[in-house]
Amino acid sequence: MANDAVLREVSLTLPMLPDMEIAASKTATAMAELMEMGSDRIDEVRMAIVEACVNAFEHSQASDRKVYVTFAVIGDTAPEKLQITIRDSGVGFKPEAVEEPRIEEKLRAKSKRGWGLKIIKGLMDEVAIESSSTGTSIVMSKYR
Amino acid sequence: MTETLKVTLEKRAGLAVIYTEGYINNQGGEEIARVAYEQIDAGEKALVLNLQGTKIVNSIGISILIEIIEKMLEIDGTLSFCCLTPTIEKTFHIMGLSQYAKIFPDEASAITELTA
Repeated sequence: MANDAVLREVSLTLPMLPDMEIAASKTATAMAELMEMGSDRIDEVRMAIVEACVNAFEHSQASDRKVYVTFAVIGDTAPEKLQITIRDSGVGFKPEAVEEPRIEEKLRAKSKRGWGLKIIKGLMDEVAIESSSTGTSIVMSKYR
Repeated sequence: MTETLKVTLEKRAGLAVIYTEGYINNQGGEEIARVAYEQIDAGEKALVLNLQGTKIVNSIGISILIEIIEKMLEIDGTLSFCCLTPTIEKTFHIMGLSQYAKIFPDEASAITELTA
């Protein structure tokens, strides 16, 4: 079992500009390849981090217009999981108040959006969200 | 740093195939929708979206694809997908898109079934 030691860590500060989520996905790919994660699992990490960044860009209302991303390779002596933290200093939200989107309702709804958290939870092995009026952190992990 | 999606179209007997190359984000989704709606306006009722050249999508782009599915349902048409990466296919299943749009492993099987 992992003792949650951080074997390697990389941090990025992303300005809220179009497609900056791709920079985060590229870093995630490099970190995941370093720990020899399978390619399909790497793709899932990429997709999840894109969603987490886009959520922060779209909804955080952070006055500094930045998103802070930390990639940590966690393990005992060998890499066991990639833990990614996406943090903003925005206005926060109540995760328990977010309604789970359903395709049959979205097809009839004016807005088809609101899928980010569902996709992240579906693609990652562990997801934890902490949010308050001073910001939001999403910590998501994928095992090797 | 802007990722531009390239969209191309091929007309086949009884259907139209839309090919994408690049990231399907907001702008990419809108470009796909523009091409799809042109085909719908021209009377096409079967569209296949071949995503072989797309390795990543975001939920804003997919929400635009849901708009296209809605439009196709309104006209008793179909939007189908083929050549998805395993992760994009998994994402479509997570979202439930596969209940309303067929997913084929390759273009040949899509054409075979849709033109039968």
